[in-house]
Amino acid sequence: MTLTPETYDELRAIGARYPEPRSGLLPMLHLVQSVEGRITPEGIEACADVLGITAADVSGVATFYTMYKRRPVGDYHVGVCTNTLCAVMGGDQIFQRLKDHLDVGNDETTDDGKVTLEHIECNAACDYAPVMTVNWEFMDNMTPESAVTLVDELRSGTEVQSTRGPRIVTWREAERVLAGFPDDLADDGPAAGPASLVGLGIARERGWTAPPSDASGSSEGVADTKAEAVAQADTSRAETETKQEEASDD
Amino acid sequence: MTDVLTPVLTDNWGDERAWTLASYAARGGYTALDKALSMTPDAVIAEVKDSGLRGRGGAGFPTGMKWGFIPQDNPKPKYLVVNADESEPGTCKDIPLMMASPHTLVEGVIISSYAIRANKAFIYIRGEVLHVIRRVQRAVEEAYAAGHLGTDIHGSGFDLDIVVHAGAGAYICGEETALLEGLEGRRGQPRLRPPFPAVAGLYASPTVINNVESIASVPSIIGHGQQWFASMGTEKSKGFGIFSLSGHVQTPGQYEAPLGITLRTLIDLAGGVREGHELKFWTPGGSSTPLLTAEHLDMPLDFEGVGAAGSMLGTRALQIFDDTTCVVRATLRWTEFYKHESCGKCTPCREGTWWLVQTLTALEKGQGTEADLDLLLDQCDNILGRSFCALADGAVSPIMSSIKYFRDEYVAHLTEGGCPFDPARSTAWAGQEVTA
Repeated sequence: MTLTPETYDELRAIGARYPEPRSGLLPMLHLVQSVEGRITPEGIEACADVLGITAADVSGVATFYTMYKRRPVGDYHVGVCTNTLCAVMGGDQIFQRLKDHLDVGNDETTDDGKVTLEHIECNAACDYAPVMTVNWEFMDNMTPESAVTLVDELRSGTEVQSTRGPRIVTWREAERVLAGFPDDLADDGPAAGPASLVGLGIARERGWTAPPSDASGSSEGVADTKAEAVAQADTSRAETETKQEEASDD
Repeated sequence: MTDVLTPVLTDNWGDERAWTLASYAARGGYTALDKALSMTPDAVIAEVKDSGLRGRGGAGFPTGMKWGFIPQDNPKPKYLVVNADESEPGTCKDIPLMMASPHTLVEGVIISSYAIRANKAFIYIRGEVLHVIRRVQRAVEEAYAAGHLGTDIHGSGFDLDIVVHAGAGAYICGEETALLEGLEGRRGQPRLRPPFPAVAGLYASPTVINNVESIASVPSIIGHGQQWFASMGTEKSKGFGIFSLSGHVQTPGQYEAPLGITLRTLIDLAGGVREGHELKFWTPGGSSTPLLTAEHLDMPLDFEGVGAAGSMLGTRALQIFDDTTCVVRATLRWTEFYKHESCGKCTPCREGTWWLVQTLTALEKGQGTEADLDLLLDQCDNILGRSFCALADGAVSPIMSSIKYFRDEYVAHLTEGGCPFDPARSTAWAGQEVTA
């Protein structure tokens, strides 16, 4: 496939969002996937060309991030979380069942080109475990049975709705949104799923609220100096301010 | 006395079309922005600093103080970058926040950018959450149309542009300097510090990087005042936070409470541990924070309390595992995650995580001897504290803590020649007639 002048224009438009165009490389590669169905050598050359960097530089980036695929992805990328919590809650069984049912291994696509199956890492929806995704939309509280129904519907062309979002679009359409070209689906789906609302529901039921505006607390105990802040913070995690800086200030 | 749960950030999540500007404005959204714009930037920084707000992304560094580190005499542009790359296993608070109420974050970004005198801000959202990205994109569009973004915001003379940036699948980009690399279009590998981002961050310019929940807390602090915020929480851990319960509790979900609430209270609110089972182990703040057990149920969940118990508050990602769960299996799976996500820059992490997986895999299968436990701890010792960033430190946390509390269970794998647990019993549908 040949990239069109329109795609080149859109690649340039992505770069123009940033003070330095190279910052657009991640969304640009999403756009390449949306147009090409994967990261192609031609797509890599196009990004390199637009940014004035080498194809090797672009390849280095494209191979670092797991959402970029060098083999064609099906219409539906189906993810099964098998990080610890989801795995324990049944993600392992779901993944095994789907491998058997679809007759594919991890990161492989069904013969009809419809479904690519991949086990994914924690997708920040642990209160809905076991969690799956289709084209990076949430499918919450899955079971092996509901997972099989889901992939069967996707393969048969039945419209599928995310449990916390809109109807599922194709993988290429999803990649276009990730490139920063929104579709018109933001208003679909609920504000929050049921698990997101449990604490709020209990608070409403029991009349619990945050204090009134005139509530007053003491700022005693609040760190005043950098040294105090560093001592309080978890600096072992090497976040911004570490003891190293403290030492270099002395 | 403060109530047990204090919905602030989650308060509007149940509202009709909560994600829209109309819904957010109907409950007073963007009035804190007016208040902030009537103050000097330094006064906004002071208000946030005095509130005691500490970073909600895990490390707990005071947010206002971080802003104060930006050298205002530096002629380069200043940048605000929001870390919305929520990927720490167990952590699931920022994603629902951005899905339900993206305007809370956008208003926070505007106020925070005003405070640090940034005219360009970036929201770096992990790529794997399509609908969340849509909602934030839409919120930014709406904010521009309403004059909350762009030039001369609310007639104040302050200009701000926000770019919503989607990542592409890399846990490491939650580490702030790796995130900056990603945002500069490079492989997400952490940078050596110093220089720190406050001095030389994005494009080597002064940059503040804050977690979503930290920034989203700012409008309420400005709106109600620092004393209101400080009236919640504990002496050194002020304010409220979202506590995310997942796993083997009756009703997993998001519970917003003052810092210092205990796990016992939270589990009670969640209807208890699964029927017929007991709490076995849990993480206080994601998989990188050392495991704790039932003996820690009454420990205050604030930075100091969890730290004193030898773990970390982290992101308040409370993953609950009951007695059906094999701790060796859980630990092995986390270790495989760190191996997969190591960026490869530092040798102890790149090579060490592979060795850890190899050793743990054998133990989980009941192969090897008890001496391999010491080998494992020795490997941990050679990894901990020996890399640029904290990923490797996180990788050894579940291993060291699980051996500390559950050494006998590791040994049982060896004496029984395999895992003594049935994984089917720990699933969400265990005990129900659903066949896998």
